[in-house]
Amino acid sequence: MGARENILRRIRAAQGRTGSEPTEAEMALVRETLARREIGPQPAFAHAPDRLAQFRKECDRLGTTHATVRSEAEVPGEVARYLSETGLELRLAGWREYAGLDWPGAGVAFEGRPARDGDATGLTGCFCAIAETGTTLLLSAPETPKVTALLPETHLCVVHAARVLDTMEDAFALLRQEVGEPPRSAFFVSGPSRTADIEQTIVIGAHGPYRVHAILIEP
Amino acid sequence: MLVQSMHFKQRASEKLGDALLQGNMRKAKGKFVDGRAKAVAEFGVWEELRTHAAKIRDRAIANLDAYLVEFERNATRRGAVVHWAESAEDACRIIVEIALQNGVKKVAKSKSMVSEEVNLNERMEAAGLQVIETDLGEYILQLAHEPPSHIVAPAVHKSKEQVADLFVAAHGKPRLTEIPAMTREAREALRGHFLTADMGISGSNFIIAETGTTLTVTNEGNADMVTTLPRIHCVITGIEKVIGTMEDFAALIRLLPRSAIGQTITNYLTVTTGIKMPDEADGPEQMHIVLVDAGRTRLVGSDMQEMLRCIRCGACMNHCPVYQNVGGHAYGWVYPGPMGSILTPAYVGLENAGDLPNAATFCGECAVACPVKIPLPDLMRKLREQQFDRKLRPWTERAAIAAWGFVATRPGLYALMSKLGARVASWMGGREGLIHSLPGIDGWTKGRDMPAPAGRTFRELYKRRASHRA
Repeated sequence: MGARENILRRIRAAQGRTGSEPTEAEMALVRETLARREIGPQPAFAHAPDRLAQFRKECDRLGTTHATVRSEAEVPGEVARYLSETGLELRLAGWREYAGLDWPGAGVAFEGRPARDGDATGLTGCFCAIAETGTTLLLSAPETPKVTALLPETHLCVVHAARVLDTMEDAFALLRQEVGEPPRSAFFVSGPSRTADIEQTIVIGAHGPYRVHAILIEP
Repeated sequence: MLVQSMHFKQRASEKLGDALLQGNMRKAKGKFVDGRAKAVAEFGVWEELRTHAAKIRDRAIANLDAYLVEFERNATRRGAVVHWAESAEDACRIIVEIALQNGVKKVAKSKSMVSEEVNLNERMEAAGLQVIETDLGEYILQLAHEPPSHIVAPAVHKSKEQVADLFVAAHGKPRLTEIPAMTREAREALRGHFLTADMGISGSNFIIAETGTTLTVTNEGNADMVTTLPRIHCVITGIEKVIGTMEDFAALIRLLPRSAIGQTITNYLTVTTGIKMPDEADGPEQMHIVLVDAGRTRLVGSDMQEMLRCIRCGACMNHCPVYQNVGGHAYGWVYPGPMGSILTPAYVGLENAGDLPNAATFCGECAVACPVKIPLPDLMRKLREQQFDRKLRPWTERAAIAAWGFVATRPGLYALMSKLGARVASWMGGREGLIHSLPGIDGWTKGRDMPAPAGRTFRELYKRRASHRA
């Protein structure tokens, strides 16, 4: 008898069931329960009347700076403004979907490739955002590498207002609807990295980015 | 981790005299306890959510075999290899084999309490692998050759001066004095390891049956590095971590960071399913998930089953007056505080950890703070009963409790003994009305005097007053 069978047998015996494998009927019952996708109690602020205001408020709480533009065409200009004001070089590695924007016009050197160690700034989009917690959700795919949001010290994230949802449950529902099941990485980002492991003193900027800047597109 | 729980009393005494630890614990308590209280106050439906969370955790445990089989089916379908480990030794053997079979030289680890349980680092190093802890707290402890003293803030017992000394010895750079600079130095020291590790090992805060997903709840970004950059990703986790759906995760994640450190959400939720697809830019080529039993199946169907609901938030220890004063190392194993007082006896034997369930005043703070409503004081009391039945306590204690039981179940005798006791204690107080030393338990009066009782029992006084009125 292998370890798997031993473990399952012990569990089943402890709960008054025989054998070392759940029956088809038991599995069907469990799958039925799972398929209901029961949602638990949600706090009132999870359904704020002004969703974007709630998103911005939570960004403030966690240290994600944010700016609002009216279209993707305005993104390079906002990026140039943010990087100069922050004292950073006008250069970044970005997701290829943004390669066609007017980067030269804004004076920003855009490289459409996954970020490497040594890249100071990474630009990504997101699958959707969650207003309840000021979170952006990035899904891994060939053209949306996770490293671009993780390795650089500064992470710029483009968020379309129409893709800002109320709750994580809404995000999962949208994921099921548009993608089917979660990809290798479903990366929920809520602010720059931090640690408080030394004397419980919060330090912003641990292993992940020091800065996260959300660029909201609100037509 | 080596079991030292049998030395609890001695270690607790030492820790009470450790001024540095006392200061660190005071600071941590303020942050964790106040942080949680504020987050809970803002939430609104906190109690309802606790009830829901307890329900979904219980449902998973009641169907543990089916949930695990469903998890295995989905994880395998997505390209992960699922391994089952009955014991600590099995878990280590499986992971070391994976490493050696794949020519792994360097392993980068994000935090995993299960890996502490099974002594994974030691076993990997014995097999010739270089193991780097990447969570800052665990990294500090790795340099100090010390075990963690808290499940969320492992280096809570260390001061910044101690950390600065460790960094000087390890990094060979000039000694730092400020915490942000130290954090930066650690970031730079570890960045190189992330990029060159052959294998990343992570724990998993939960595993999701419906999708075959493993996930981490972190602030630092190291778990993301460890699960994205190396070519092999290995997850080690306890079998009780399985939950049903992504919606169950969404519910539990509202409780976990708030209960642990008063945050609404952690900076990163790394929800990982399967291996990287052929045309994907980043991610591991291989994923191994090691499901560890190591005593958990003994809790299923037992008196202690509710303990399996635990989501490892640390709220119980943060609120425990005993833990707050002696810290985590006194408990002598991986899990300190109230949850440790239940899990340690369960996993290493009640005879090896007997003092732990007794290191409680049953104030109930832990039960109130627990996000999944584990009745921690009740479980500790059951362990005390088990100890009494198995004669595991010193004979003096057993005799005293037996004597108390004898008297307490005989009302006439009880009334007589308490009348006697009230008169004797009153006489002992003398003219000052203060008892300076209690025979047999003089530890209690070493630093304080006990006010002497009035000399008559409550029932005598009540009767007297009632008859005056009549």
